[in-house]
Amino acid sequence: MSGLADIATIVLVSAGALLFLAGALGLLRFPDTLSRLHAISKADNLGLGLIVLGLLPQMASLAGGLKLLCIWLLAQLSAATASQLLARAVHRDRADR
Amino acid sequence: MMLLFDIALVAGLLTLAVHVVREPDERSAIIAFLAFGLLLGLAWIRLAAPDVALTEIAIGGGGTGILLLRAEAAVRGRGKHEESVTRPGKLAIAVGCAAISAGLGLAVLSFASPAPTLAPAAAEGLSATGLGNPVTAVLLAYRALDTLLEKVVVLLALIGVWSLAPDAAWGGVPAVRSGEIPQPLAYLARILPPFGVVIGVYMFWVGADAPGGTFQAGTVLAAMWLLVMLAGLRSPPETAGLPLRLALAGGPILFLAIAFLGFAFADGFLAYPKALAKPLILAIEAALTLSVAAALAMLVAGPARRAPTR
Repeated sequence: MSGLADIATIVLVSAGALLFLAGALGLLRFPDTLSRLHAISKADNLGLGLIVLGLLPQMASLAGGLKLLCIWLLAQLSAATASQLLARAVHRDRADR
Repeated sequence: MMLLFDIALVAGLLTLAVHVVREPDERSAIIAFLAFGLLLGLAWIRLAAPDVALTEIAIGGGGTGILLLRAEAAVRGRGKHEESVTRPGKLAIAVGCAAISAGLGLAVLSFASPAPTLAPAAAEGLSATGLGNPVTAVLLAYRALDTLLEKVVVLLALIGVWSLAPDAAWGGVPAVRSGEIPQPLAYLARILPPFGVVIGVYMFWVGADAPGGTFQAGTVLAAMWLLVMLAGLRSPPETAGLPLRLALAGGPILFLAIAFLGFAFADGFLAYPKALAKPLILAIEAALTLSVAAALAMLVAGPARRAPTR
């Protein structure tokens, strides 16, 4: 049972790390702010989600798992807000020009 | 494996540090400095110092970062001044900084091994304070005087910021929000503070027995208050307002009062009676957390911009 959980952890966390790598690559390589934002928000939401999901089987207690989920939700909320604000600023700059 | 991570971490820190110094655009430099604070927090975690890591991330990363960003926004567009430091001057500064870094590095490397430590003594006295976290015991029992002065310094910094207010606006309201408020920000400011306040109070409470404490908790609470003010849900308080002034001064005043009572009821200045050590420390921490939160939030809010209503 614990072997299965370990495999799940390895697969999910690796997938999450890969998404973060892809997001970082997009952040560095994409030409404009909006597409960079698109790249990094995918990595943030899904990548972190996969890592949290992967770590869940390793948590000793229910409270620990709930804390992990809370971290993911809060990170989602702040990342989404930050992306919205950045995109808004880009939009305003374009309108000004 | 961990060695690889550590090397990458140190390399990242050094690269970011050089980048912060070299970056000509102030805003980019500040953002890089924020990232530097976060990485430095990770480094403290690797050094098994979670208390320092929390403080570094909260103050060094978050708090200082937003202060610098607001300062930069305030002076932006006023026209670049002539660089006041000449090239030889810059060189002298660089050499001085490098010499200090090299000296510190040398000092750390030349420590006797095992390094001289007071940790066993600190752990031994822990039972007398009733605390479980030796860091909190150092901050509020063994070296309480340092902590007291530290909090007073924060207040002095706030007085410095407030004194930048124009005469007509003295005692008035700082200007935090600017222009139209984006919907997502207002939404975040409604959702996040309940979590943030719980986390802040938890950090203060758990500080007695585990990593956490007044500065970290105060920063989180200040951030929540600032978020609410930035989103325009509540306007900032008048800087002359009595509740604000009480919250600001309450922590240091309680600390000082208990310190002087030490003459009458314990061994002297800043000594706690043994039976009451833990409740007293918790009371001081609670008041200090509130003071730190108010002071940090007001530091970011800046000097008064609108005249008081009276």
